[in-house]
Amino acid sequence: MQDVNQAAGGEAPEGIELFIPAVYDIVWSIVPFIIILVFFWKFVIPRFTAVMDDRTATIEGGIAKAEAAQAEADATLDQYNTLLREARQEAAKIRENARAEGSTILAEFKADANAEAERIVANAHVQIEAERQAALVSVRNELGGMAIDLASRVIGESLKDDRRSASVVDQFISGLNEPAKAKG
Amino acid sequence: MVSTATLAAHLGFVTSTHDDGEFHPPTLAEFFPPAIFFEGTPFEMNRIVLVRLLAVAALLLLFYIALRRTTRVPGRGQTIAEMAIDFVKVQIVDQILGEKDGRRFLPLLAAMFFGILAMNITGIIPGLNIAGTSIFIVPVVFALAGYIAFVYAGIKQHGGLRFFKNQLFLPGVPWPMHFILAPVELLNVFIVRPISLSLRLLLNMMVGHLLLVLCFAATHFLFITGEGLGFASAFGVLTLIGGIVMTVIEFAVALLQAYIFTLLSAVYIQQSVAEEH
Repeated sequence: MQDVNQAAGGEAPEGIELFIPAVYDIVWSIVPFIIILVFFWKFVIPRFTAVMDDRTATIEGGIAKAEAAQAEADATLDQYNTLLREARQEAAKIRENARAEGSTILAEFKADANAEAERIVANAHVQIEAERQAALVSVRNELGGMAIDLASRVIGESLKDDRRSASVVDQFISGLNEPAKAKG
Repeated sequence: MVSTATLAAHLGFVTSTHDDGEFHPPTLAEFFPPAIFFEGTPFEMNRIVLVRLLAVAALLLLFYIALRRTTRVPGRGQTIAEMAIDFVKVQIVDQILGEKDGRRFLPLLAAMFFGILAMNITGIIPGLNIAGTSIFIVPVVFALAGYIAFVYAGIKQHGGLRFFKNQLFLPGVPWPMHFILAPVELLNVFIVRPISLSLRLLLNMMVGHLLLVLCFAATHFLFITGEGLGFASAFGVLTLIGGIVMTVIEFAVALLQAYIFTLLSAVYIQQSVAEEH
């Protein structure tokens, strides 16, 4: 066993020989290095870069999407505000119109009512005048009859002669009218 | 042919303490184990080569599992892999080279970081117990890759002549000084850089391994194999604790060295690409 262990120690080179590599050592240090280099060059770094770029793109895409959504929301808000302002203006206009219209209608109503009232009053005047005339005529007739009757009874003679009686009545009525006019 | 017993011994713990009742401090032989497969061919494999290949396999497997199906919303494995790569990307590559140049050199620098880390970390994995990077040629290969990268980047950016002019002739220096400074810069940029990178990593890993072996070998000797030690074997408690603490430190060192190596490579590339340095 000791022989094996001693052999395991190998022979240690001394001095500069420590730094002069054996051929097999050169081979077995270049080969692993090239394997590692090719592996990183062709596999690890491309994979790493690809996934990093993909992630960056995704994040940037997400940010862009969020910005777009934000812009859209802003635009919608603007639109909404504009609509709201327009609606308010429109409502105000309608209110103004309604008020104006209301006052016009009111004025018209007033005018109509006045006209109607005036018409009614005028009618009333006409009617009253007509009735007065009628009353005057009937009063004249009645009064005439009565007066003649009375006068007939007083005089005792008939005043049946129409021409005379009519002139008497007329004279009487004129006599009635005159003091009324004089009194005025 | 290798006998089963030998193979088992080679694949098992390599310590310098043998059951002969004496203490053997660890030697540099730790880093030069005998061949196991294909002895005498250019494809000869010893224990450390196998450890290295195992580390590579584990690295590939982990990243493959984590990233085989990448999704926009990552799972647990993918998240960890992404965090790890993102560390290299953000903390090293983008910070030094910037996003644009960083994209070009990320594959190389990430391979460098994770490759070195995987081979460093085997130093504290029970059963492996040696860093794959504790053999000089391994850091050298990584350093050469960085070297080729920064020379290539500089020449591609500025053209050969201007690149060397940028590197060798510092701006704002009186022209006679260039006779002294240009050779110094030449030495610094094109020779000292890769060597210092390699040596820093190599020595950190070697020393870490030797310290670990020393601690655990001493513990083994003091507790088990040492004869006639008496109360002195109680010191084994200290060496055991020391070994555990060193293991934790080695983990940090494995990470730190991978980071420093990659960071400096990125800095060298940046200095090549930059207009003036």
